[in-house]
Amino acid sequence: MSAQAIRVRDLVREYRRPRTSLTRPGPVVRALRGVSFDVARGERFGIVGESGCGKSTLLRILAGVDRPTSGTVEVDGLDISGLPERRLRPLREKLQLVLQDPMSSLDPRMRVRDIVAEPLVAQSHSGNRERVAELLRAVGLSEEAADRYPHQFSGGQRQRISIARALAPRPDILLADEPVSALDVSVRAQVLNLVTDLVEDLGLTLVFVSHDLSVVRHLCDRVAVMSEGQVVETGPTRQVYDDPQHPYTQRLVAAVPTIERALAGASTADLAAAELRAIEAMAEERTTA
Amino acid sequence: MSTVPVVDDTAPSRPVAEPVLQVRDFGVRVGHRDLVREVTFSIARGERVGLIGESGSGKSLTALGVMGLLPEGLTATGSARVAGVPFDLVGASERRLSTVRGRDLAMVFQEPMTALNPTMRVGDQVAEAMLIHHTRPDRASARRAGVELLDQVRLPDAAALARAYPHQLSGGQRQRVVLALALANDPALLVCDEPTTALDVTVQALVLELIVRGVQSRDAALLLITHDLAVVATACERVLVMYGGRVVEAGPVDRVFTRPRHRYTQGLLAASDLLAVDDRGRLATIPGSVPPGGRFPSGCVFRNRCGHATERCESLPPWSGESAGDGFACHHPAAPDEGWGAGGRP
Repeated sequence: MSAQAIRVRDLVREYRRPRTSLTRPGPVVRALRGVSFDVARGERFGIVGESGCGKSTLLRILAGVDRPTSGTVEVDGLDISGLPERRLRPLREKLQLVLQDPMSSLDPRMRVRDIVAEPLVAQSHSGNRERVAELLRAVGLSEEAADRYPHQFSGGQRQRISIARALAPRPDILLADEPVSALDVSVRAQVLNLVTDLVEDLGLTLVFVSHDLSVVRHLCDRVAVMSEGQVVETGPTRQVYDDPQHPYTQRLVAAVPTIERALAGASTADLAAAELRAIEAMAEERTTA
Repeated sequence: MSTVPVVDDTAPSRPVAEPVLQVRDFGVRVGHRDLVREVTFSIARGERVGLIGESGSGKSLTALGVMGLLPEGLTATGSARVAGVPFDLVGASERRLSTVRGRDLAMVFQEPMTALNPTMRVGDQVAEAMLIHHTRPDRASARRAGVELLDQVRLPDAAALARAYPHQLSGGQRQRVVLALALANDPALLVCDEPTTALDVTVQALVLELIVRGVQSRDAALLLITHDLAVVATACERVLVMYGGRVVEAGPVDRVFTRPRHRYTQGLLAASDLLAVDDRGRLATIPGSVPPGGRFPSGCVFRNRCGHATERCESLPPWSGESAGDGFACHHPAAPDEGWGAGGRP
């Protein structure tokens, strides 16, 4: 058994955009440009970045639903980067995924019972009925919820259903892609507390992807900041937040509005200062060029 | 301690700026169900007011109702007056509303792609806004003014960018085009409904700053609707808290965000504070979730989720506090110095 839950080395993923011309092939997009990091067993690891930074591509590769162009991903010592789908079953038992939008990630025509049991059916487990009831209780839903459909639940309850489904095969590793960004503030706190409970009680390793630095700071021990397909900074969450080293992290941290900062007198001009400077610099470059 | 100008409706003896927007006893109904009720507030010239609340609290319906943009089947009641507009916006015909919308009052919504015409160059769209309201004499001067507006929202190389189509721009650039469009006719009131929710945090900072600059330089009033308390705290001077279709608390940002009185405001602040945790590392929560539209309890709309609720809360709590612009509607309010969060933060 490996000491690291996840070990990523020199991960590169290139896409080809659809062609825009009859004679030339489409341009190549480099979504990941050599990403390396480790996630220790039992660690709560955050991945932060803005849209287009490659964090979703990275997560898809970790979940085994996409393949890297080069580089390796080991999950629990198993190299998954080159494996065909039929040999990914050990990965699916070990690692499960919770997605952002519970409305589009739950099949509207399936009852909650079947949604939660689906990973068990796929892995031909038995005794599903009791397991589903147990899972629903674990995420704070009543057992009667099993007979209902996703549209009968609120956003927060739907996200609880997604979490129950992910936990069904008793995974060691939980990947979460922006699981609370579609939720209201009061429900967000409930779901974050549930994730904390489950991670502690079940001893899970958590990989939490978000654009929201504040949520990652609350939930994660360590964080990797991504920009343009690269990890630009990693470290203990508190340290990265309080004393960012990379210029991109500094810009990111400076732009986050908080109530504390606002009450201390921070204005929108303060938050935008770095962005405005970057725009001025670009404009100057253009005029000199 | 507050230096924020408080619009005071109840004490006319105090000198106050003439309100740009005055909303009185405003409501939105569908059939016999009330979605928004008895909303009363005003915004002074140059004042920036935030409207916060969770989804389903009625904040967007309030804004849409004021602008006469309610979906089919929903009707607005009460009154909404804008300075310089001789008629009440509630009940006005579409024909009259269209003469003031985009001129005296303008809006920015969450999704810029739905506000822009995908088949028209963005410069032409900004110019069109001015030509429709005859605020520029001819097409050439409107185009020039359009490029200038695009430059004001810090779009790179505005003259060239004016010839781009919306799909060629990024989300943040599109939202800046929409902002330029909204500011084109120097409106007295700018309404922004979740303008930065779909944007990255660095782009959000920029767009918020451009909104604040835009209204400041025009001495316009801003109504900023968002679920993000930190955004309101940063961009606004005064805040209205909505829940269950009612304004449950209002006041200067630094009062409401440090000394909330309504139990809902207090709970919302505690739940959104990701730095304050209990000794087990858990966040403060509000039990339950927001009921679907119109299905809030009678009396105090928050009573089925409130830890302080008693039988008394079955009756509607009256507005208490200093004035209509600074007060709350709660039978069991937090003490003035109670703060919020586990440790009585901040």
